[in-house]
Amino acid sequence: MTYATGQQYLKDGVLPHMWCPGCGIGVMLRACLRSFEELGYRNEDTVVVTGIGCTGKLDDYVVTHALHTTHGRALACATGIKAAKDDLHVVVFMGDGDSVTIGGNHFLHAARRNIDLTAIVINNFNFGMTGGQFSGTTFNGAITQTSAYGNPERQLDICALAEVAGANFVARSTPWHVDDLSALITEALSRKGFSLVEVLSPCPTHFGSNNKMKKGTDMLGWLKERTMPVDLYRSKSPAERAGIFPIGKLVDRCEPDFAARYAEVGAKATGN
Amino acid sequence: MKNYASLLQGNEAMAQGALYAGARFYAGYPITPSSEIAQECSKVMPKLGGVYMQMEDEIASMAAIIGASLAGVKSFTATSGPGFSLMQENLGLAIMGEVPCVVIDVQRSGPSTGLATKPAQSDIMQIRWGRHGDQELIALSPSSVGECFSLTVEAFNLAEKLRTPVVVAADEIVAHMRENILIPEPGEVEVFDRRKPTGDPAAYLPFGPAPDGVPPISSYGSDYIMHVSSSMHGPDGYSNNGPDNAARQIARKNSKFEHHRAEIVKTRTYEADDADVLFVTFGTVTRAARAAARTLRESGVRAGVLQLITVWPFAEEAVAEFGGRAKTVVVPEMNYHGQLAGEVKKVLGAGADVRRVNSWNGQIITPRDILRAI
Ligand SMILES: Cc1ncc(C[n+]2csc(CCOP(=O)(O)OP(=O)(O)O)c2C)c(N)n1
Ligand code: SF4
Ligand SMILES: [Mg+2]
Repeated sequence: MTYATGQQYLKDGVLPHMWCPGCGIGVMLRACLRSFEELGYRNEDTVVVTGIGCTGKLDDYVVTHALHTTHGRALACATGIKAAKDDLHVVVFMGDGDSVTIGGNHFLHAARRNIDLTAIVINNFNFGMTGGQFSGTTFNGAITQTSAYGNPERQLDICALAEVAGANFVARSTPWHVDDLSALITEALSRKGFSLVEVLSPCPTHFGSNNKMKKGTDMLGWLKERTMPVDLYRSKSPAERAGIFPIGKLVDRCEPDFAARYAEVGAKATGN
Repeated sequence: MKNYASLLQGNEAMAQGALYAGARFYAGYPITPSSEIAQECSKVMPKLGGVYMQMEDEIASMAAIIGASLAGVKSFTATSGPGFSLMQENLGLAIMGEVPCVVIDVQRSGPSTGLATKPAQSDIMQIRWGRHGDQELIALSPSSVGECFSLTVEAFNLAEKLRTPVVVAADEIVAHMRENILIPEPGEVEVFDRRKPTGDPAAYLPFGPAPDGVPPISSYGSDYIMHVSSSMHGPDGYSNNGPDNAARQIARKNSKFEHHRAEIVKTRTYEADDADVLFVTFGTVTRAARAAARTLRESGVRAGVLQLITVWPFAEEAVAEFGGRAKTVVVPEMNYHGQLAGEVKKVLGAGADVRRVNSWNGQIITPRDILRAI
């Protein structure tokens, strides 16, 4: 058996990439491109949509169709692409800033519409690109470039948000669990409706170094300790769950996607 | 039956114009006085196999029409001042990514929620200069329901020809006015479709050089793979921050407007050739100015009107020609600062007799208001 490498989606001559040693973005991208190959995606039928940030830079490394958007607006652009041309594979890459801080409104409504695309969010608990300020997913008390005395705010749970908003498929993983991550991305890509994969990810350069985890491996270890398979997590008491992220497949539903519901509208309008 | 007359509202006429031009994707967030455009599209698009999307805000609306257009479907949105303000950043993305699309701004008074929802012509400068960065933008302004239709078709044609967003700068008066118009038969008015790439797909450069500055545009799903970016990019669409590349890209993106200037910049004159008194107008105020000019002619004063159908790029040549001949130039407009008058003065120079007639209380400018300036 040959192993999927995802090489046919990767741009020649752009390596080494721009991400810092120990950053999780490259690991996630590799996993994702391998999933494209496993699913037989043609470059011509695939649109990679990115926001702005370290995560948002990744379109520069792919040779599918691509749209590099404005900060926070990737999902809104992707919604237009998919609603206009339903046979495309639309895959959206965002940071935690993009997806649920500046772009929170679009995140909610893309999930509510259950538009058939896959959103992959690199949650590194801060704005990596702009030098490590706190974001909507930075936990209370964390030190960042704009919270020297500890973040006064609380963190948002990205997966819970997608679930209540109506996403069909919600999963969470980390680069430490790279095989699980790959499998979850493949499943997310192959599902109809809005699919979300949250990738908890090390940013050793900013979040890590501000919080006593200077090396990439420090933050990977920290992610390992802070995560737990979802089934095990659900068997725990609220006290045992505190500070822990359940990982794995969190939501799996088969609600009709936007295109299916819009087709019903079209049938009514034309009397068919 | 050829050319049936329809009693249409300006907003309906703009929606019909968009459909005539081939638009099959509308995304918007309702706001008075533009909402009838959304309503019309919500009824008609599903019948035509098109898409009506009601987005979560105007930021998303602008984003969605960009996405749809890149997927190969002619797309548009409609809004009013507050929503237009929200669209600005992504309008910049459409300019940078050279994405054909149309934005209708039915202007209302401001600032902020303002005299909701009374008419104004006070967005003209935010349309031209409301975004960060160097760029050109086309804006057309209708003065009648007929022009609501024809200029919306024209807006799509220019958008497709130049790979650029085009703004239709309407106002509350023309948007809610009802007039009989003739809807052209399909094929009667030219509908222009974007130039697509040909040849070897591997050699396709979505932002490469072109004789008229407009490279062909692919669509998502095509064999001609297209990389579009809000960031400075090379001819292939990938990030490129080199100063020489940036200089070339910005120069090309602006040069296409110069190359096509004659097709873009349109004016109409009413007895302006011998006018000693010239009214320079855009949008519905043109109608009051024409009435004022007629009154003056009746009393022996040679008066005329120069209507700027295209507000941006500014019709410097026509203003210089007709304004240069006139002894007095009057610029009536529904805003406080004289946004258009400033441009006219820039062209005619400090010595010219340029007078302003302004209204900023949501009230229409009447011929009497204009005559008071003489
Ligand atoms: C409208 C706007 N506001 C602010 C910025 C500056 N900015 C660029 S990236 C970024 C944050 C990126 O954080 P995230 O989305 O988490 O991505 P990461 O870099 O962490 O991968 C910010 C605030 C911007 N580009 N646009
Ligand atoms: S700053 Fe952080 S998120 Fe950005 S590349 Fe470096 S490690 Fe990755
Ligand atoms: Mg981040």
